[in-house]
Amino acid sequence: MKRAAFSQPLMPVALLLPQLVIIAVFFYWPAWEAIYSSFFLQDPFGFGSNFVGADNYTRLAKSSEYAKVAGFTVFFTVIVTVLSLGTALLLAVKADKVIRGAKTYRTLLMWVYAIAPPVAGFLGALLFDQNIGPITDLFAFFGYNLQIGLNYNDTAFAMIVVSVWKQIPVNFIFLLSGLQSIPVAVREAALIDNKSGTRRFWDITFPLLAPTAFFLLITNITYALFDTFGVIDIMVKGNPASNPITLVYKVYTDGFRGGDLGGSSAQSVVLMVLVLALTIMQFRMLERRIHYT
Amino acid sequence: MKTTSVMIAGAMTAAMAGPVAAQTEIEWWHAMGGSLGETVNKIATEFNASQSDYVITPVFKGSYEETLTAGIAAFRAGEQPNILQVFDAGAATVIGAQGATIPVQDLLVDNGIAFDIEDYISGVRYFYADSDGKMIGMPFNSSSPIMYFNVDALEAAGVTAPVTWEEFQDVTAPALVEAGYVPLTQSHMPWIFTENFFSRHNLPFASANNGYDSADVTINMDAPEIRDHFEAFKGWIDNGYAGFYGASWDDNATPFQQGEVGMWLGSSGSFGGLQQTAEFEFSATYLPYWEAITTEPTQTFIGGAALFAMSGQPEEENKATAEFFRFLTSPEVQYMWHQETGYVPITEAAYEVAKADGHYDRFPAAEVGIQQLSLPAGEWTRGYRMGFYVQVRDVMNREYTRYLTGDTSLEDAFATIKEESDELLARFAQTQN
Repeated sequence: MKRAAFSQPLMPVALLLPQLVIIAVFFYWPAWEAIYSSFFLQDPFGFGSNFVGADNYTRLAKSSEYAKVAGFTVFFTVIVTVLSLGTALLLAVKADKVIRGAKTYRTLLMWVYAIAPPVAGFLGALLFDQNIGPITDLFAFFGYNLQIGLNYNDTAFAMIVVSVWKQIPVNFIFLLSGLQSIPVAVREAALIDNKSGTRRFWDITFPLLAPTAFFLLITNITYALFDTFGVIDIMVKGNPASNPITLVYKVYTDGFRGGDLGGSSAQSVVLMVLVLALTIMQFRMLERRIHYT
Repeated sequence: MKTTSVMIAGAMTAAMAGPVAAQTEIEWWHAMGGSLGETVNKIATEFNASQSDYVITPVFKGSYEETLTAGIAAFRAGEQPNILQVFDAGAATVIGAQGATIPVQDLLVDNGIAFDIEDYISGVRYFYADSDGKMIGMPFNSSSPIMYFNVDALEAAGVTAPVTWEEFQDVTAPALVEAGYVPLTQSHMPWIFTENFFSRHNLPFASANNGYDSADVTINMDAPEIRDHFEAFKGWIDNGYAGFYGASWDDNATPFQQGEVGMWLGSSGSFGGLQQTAEFEFSATYLPYWEAITTEPTQTFIGGAALFAMSGQPEEENKATAEFFRFLTSPEVQYMWHQETGYVPITEAAYEVAKADGHYDRFPAAEVGIQQLSLPAGEWTRGYRMGFYVQVRDVMNREYTRYLTGDTSLEDAFATIKEESDELLARFAQTQN
């Protein structure tokens, strides 16, 4: 194979530079700062600072509360990812078949995409409000006393519903365009081979959709881990108490709200390592099974 | 059309730029939302109109926690405002960071403004002071937890507002249940049922003189009195004497405002808001106490927040800040603030003005907060000073809620609060040298 070469050696460097600078400023530098300050305990205003070694980490390892939050984060991420991808896939497959009024239908499904997470959280908080929430009234009608902010499971339920609802449209848009990019010829050929719609979906459509689905899997996990922050913040009304929270939210409550920068830095380093491991694993295990066309 | 509006805009800019250029501008970050925020803006507007040398701009920064966070982040970036509002639970953080603020007492004296700590009402004098009694933060929105009650509800039940918790559980609560009301809700367990539980009963809240003498401090969450109180509270919830809707302030206040709950423990600063929202006649009285613990109940801690003058600002801006504090503490402004919000007037002079004007004849409930703060003081009623206290409160809220909803036992909840709080306090002490 012939190697492509630039006549000016500086050119590629110059082209890469903007991106490298952005990564350095917005990733490497803060990441280094987080690692560095995770070994200190410092005054919130930045006056005093004490080296404490790995104290901030051993403390996390010993904390049953931290383990509880981590457990919920895993549960929350899996549920939100599965539900939002699953629902979106179902909707996309159905929408793909709609011929009349297709645009209206699709637009209605995509609408929610335009809502910012905090706004979604606010809507959720209102709908599920203990005193004035319509959804709470609905549950009361069926004899269940829904208590968001007080009952751990109820709050978790509301957070999941709002987070999934918020994420479905994004997945829907990608999956629908993924479906529509599958050549008609392939589908027609499959139709001749097998008349079972379910079978054709799993044998032909789904594998062809896999690159899109894989991309969505990664973005959805990231969404559930990080972007749901706004939803959680609004739903717990800035007062976590005994409500379920995720690891990212704990980084915020301990570090920003609570002023413990060292402890919170250690938490964010743990989170960084987790996400790194997760991403490597995903690419190793899943990507090799996916065929990009 | 377009040209005209551009010309008007240009003219306006020119007109505004003229005088502004000669004035010293200062910024004030606060956490007063809703109707409180409107009153804050009114104070700023009046200050700006009252003289021509200084212009103050109030900026709403969200909740108390968010405002403190924003202030800290800004300070670390060298972009701090001139005045930062910091709430009671953040006092240790901001006062501990010597050099972040200019003690308000020094600021006033250095700028030739008379200062006498005795001018302030006794309850607010030392809460934001250092261990030598020097005032560091200017008390601003000062409140205390009091008990509001629905007058119609108590009349229907044929009872009066309880003075003690014994009276509440033996007389008031059964009668209110009979009359079809949820007898009681409270809006802030760490503040009302913990901090002020200790001060109301004159019990030590923490070691090292409630934390004033040293950052090396432990919290007295193993005191049997507070445990008994929460055990009683859970009993009330279980048998319908009290409603509990979680740690959120509003979730517990709303049922009272809707007239379903007979009595509500909230802030004296809630008075102004209640006047606008409650559609029934309400009044207020002191926070009840346990006769079994003391027969001589004492005053409560001052709650709310104080204004801190951030350091690192030019001299003339500090002068402007000092002038604003002079304006803010004047009896007229304090009385206006007190009238519109329900927060207590912080000076004796302002209290006198309110009395002379007949404010309390019209609204007796408006005086309860300041009266409660003027009750006899005790050894342990001056205040408390604990670092990472926002997190300590979070731990309390978490464990209390778990206990009250049956997820953990009384012993475990209090053991966890004690253990985690002491650990947080020890960690804060490590940041302070």
